[in-house]
Amino acid sequence: MPETKQEENNQNKKQQEKQPAASLFGLDKLFQKNPGDLLFENITRFFAFIVLSIVFLMAYEMIKSSMPSIEKFGWNFVFGEEWDPVLDEYGAFPYIFGTIYSSVLALIISLPLSIGVAVFLSELSPRWLEQPLSLLVEMLAAIPSIVYGLFGIFVMIPWLRETVEPFLGEKLGFLPLFQGPPYGFGMLAAALVLSIMILPIITSISRDVMRSIPDSQREAAFALGATKWETIKIVLSGSKSGILGATLLGLGRAVGETMAVTMVIGNRADISFSLFDPGHTMASVLANEFAEASSTIYVSSLIEIALLLFVITIILNSIARLVVWGVTKKYKVAAH
Amino acid sequence: MKGKLILVIVVLMGLFSSSSFAQLKINGAGATFPYVIYSKWFDVYHQKTGIEFNYQSIGSGGGVKQTIEGTVDFGASDAPMREAEMKAVMDKQGTEILHIPTVMGAVVVTYNLPTVGKGLKLTPEVLSGIFLGKITKWNDSKITSINPGKNLPNKSIIVTHRSDGSGTTNIFTDYMSKISKEWNSKVGTGKSVKWPVGLGGKGNEGVAGLVKQTKGAIGYVELAYAVQNNLEYALLKNKAGEYVEPSFGSVSAAAAGAIKNMPADLRVSLTNADGKDSYPISGFTWLLVYKKMKDQKKMEALKNFLKWALTDGESYAKDLYYAPLPKEVIKLCEKKVAQITLKK
Repeated sequence: MPETKQEENNQNKKQQEKQPAASLFGLDKLFQKNPGDLLFENITRFFAFIVLSIVFLMAYEMIKSSMPSIEKFGWNFVFGEEWDPVLDEYGAFPYIFGTIYSSVLALIISLPLSIGVAVFLSELSPRWLEQPLSLLVEMLAAIPSIVYGLFGIFVMIPWLRETVEPFLGEKLGFLPLFQGPPYGFGMLAAALVLSIMILPIITSISRDVMRSIPDSQREAAFALGATKWETIKIVLSGSKSGILGATLLGLGRAVGETMAVTMVIGNRADISFSLFDPGHTMASVLANEFAEASSTIYVSSLIEIALLLFVITIILNSIARLVVWGVTKKYKVAAH
Repeated sequence: MKGKLILVIVVLMGLFSSSSFAQLKINGAGATFPYVIYSKWFDVYHQKTGIEFNYQSIGSGGGVKQTIEGTVDFGASDAPMREAEMKAVMDKQGTEILHIPTVMGAVVVTYNLPTVGKGLKLTPEVLSGIFLGKITKWNDSKITSINPGKNLPNKSIIVTHRSDGSGTTNIFTDYMSKISKEWNSKVGTGKSVKWPVGLGGKGNEGVAGLVKQTKGAIGYVELAYAVQNNLEYALLKNKAGEYVEPSFGSVSAAAAGAIKNMPADLRVSLTNADGKDSYPISGFTWLLVYKKMKDQKKMEALKNFLKWALTDGESYAKDLYYAPLPKEVIKLCEKKVAQITLKK
């Protein structure tokens, strides 16, 4: 690689010597290139620019449309607890709370499972089992979310209401987590459905990150007399930041999930830490109320929720990508 | 500009190839509740006259918005437009808007009490007490005293409601505001409200799902949905003091009962109507039509369609689970239709 670069540089230098005036304006490059290439380059650049401009356009539109609500409510919008379309008073805190709480609960359930599956796939599984198992895990991601919602309503919720919640309430009812009547619909149902939905993304990225750790490290560990478990610990500690990235991506998915959650969460804008109580999320209030919202301030408030959701997901995703890139890059460099 | 030109050419080519260049197309958008009967009407009328209607059931709120913006030829809504919205039409489109009732719907109170079965009776006080979270047990003396002989369990009442904005909620909360001062001041009327208690389900099917699954649950759904799905519904005590079962007859009776006090623009709520046969949670659904239309062909077509819909069209209502308008109301509607003119 370095050699060819040097050659290029040399060539450039030579040409620059020959045509000093043209190179000043970068015209030499223009003459060098085939016009077809140039056209193609610009067309693809245009496409790339479209993607970028869509994101900026969305952000711009959302900020513009939510201005009335931002001006009227200010920070009270984020911390206010009253959401009353009749009086045109909007505070989004119960929705923000519900989104974060359900997503974090889903992570708590999903993370150990996902890492377990990833460790098995990357370190322990025999070859013949690995492929079909990976495929199945990834297929979970392809199931439409409304199917998860229906599964939640017809299978999971009756089970939660009749068996799980009464049991938890009886044995652990002294904890604030397990208080209140067992409706079935509520935070627990939402967290469980979400945890299944984010399992594939966390699993497959964690597995890829673990695989990117060079075999030389495992071999070195074995050579030093490490057991399988000790070797896995080394692999895990090496892929820590990658798994963190995968977790954040999973969180991003959980935060934005709409249909399945709104079908099982009970849609009640209360702030309660009990898993049995119904809740509400930002994405579900949008899906529920946007179509029939009529007054300007109502629509504007809903768009402000969308804006908050947009910002939260972008931040989570950016952090996650950076972390994942960081870890894979490190080992690629080390491997060479 | 170029894009538009290409679009126009493509559309024109499409029209030529289907050899129906003269065909007229009228666009409308709005309420989802009357979508089934509207699409039936448009279909039958298209076969009769060749005039094509394109109706998008995007919700009442969207219908009102598009009517204000003038992107449709007519709108549709389950709730009458507010003064501010009508003024917006005047400002932007330079015409009044006419509200023309087409069919009627009702909201029924459904419940899940296996030991009670059919025919639970509820009074306005009990209903508002339940939805305000004040009556919390099914064997509360306020409920047992009006339901002698029924085996009401010692169970918590689990209130369910629509989580999505809807005309059904609007009619239901409108009724609650009329019968309970406390409801009126605490909650109010709207397509979405801040519910004092209860779980939310998305759509009629969401509420029905909650009620069917949860013993001791109570909720409200559209009459048509309840009939089609064989849900149990409560008898409600109306203004005249009679317990009335929701049916097409008792819903139409509510409109007839309200005819005395019908305002000239027909923007009227039918909840808690007079008359001993009237079901108290009934309501119109309206077409929103510009009083002055820009296009003569479209104006004539729309007027003819409305005349047809209000006479022959009404006969499709019952089969599709809507309550037809009573004759007195149809007369008022026809007068409204006659007012549509061309904008000069």
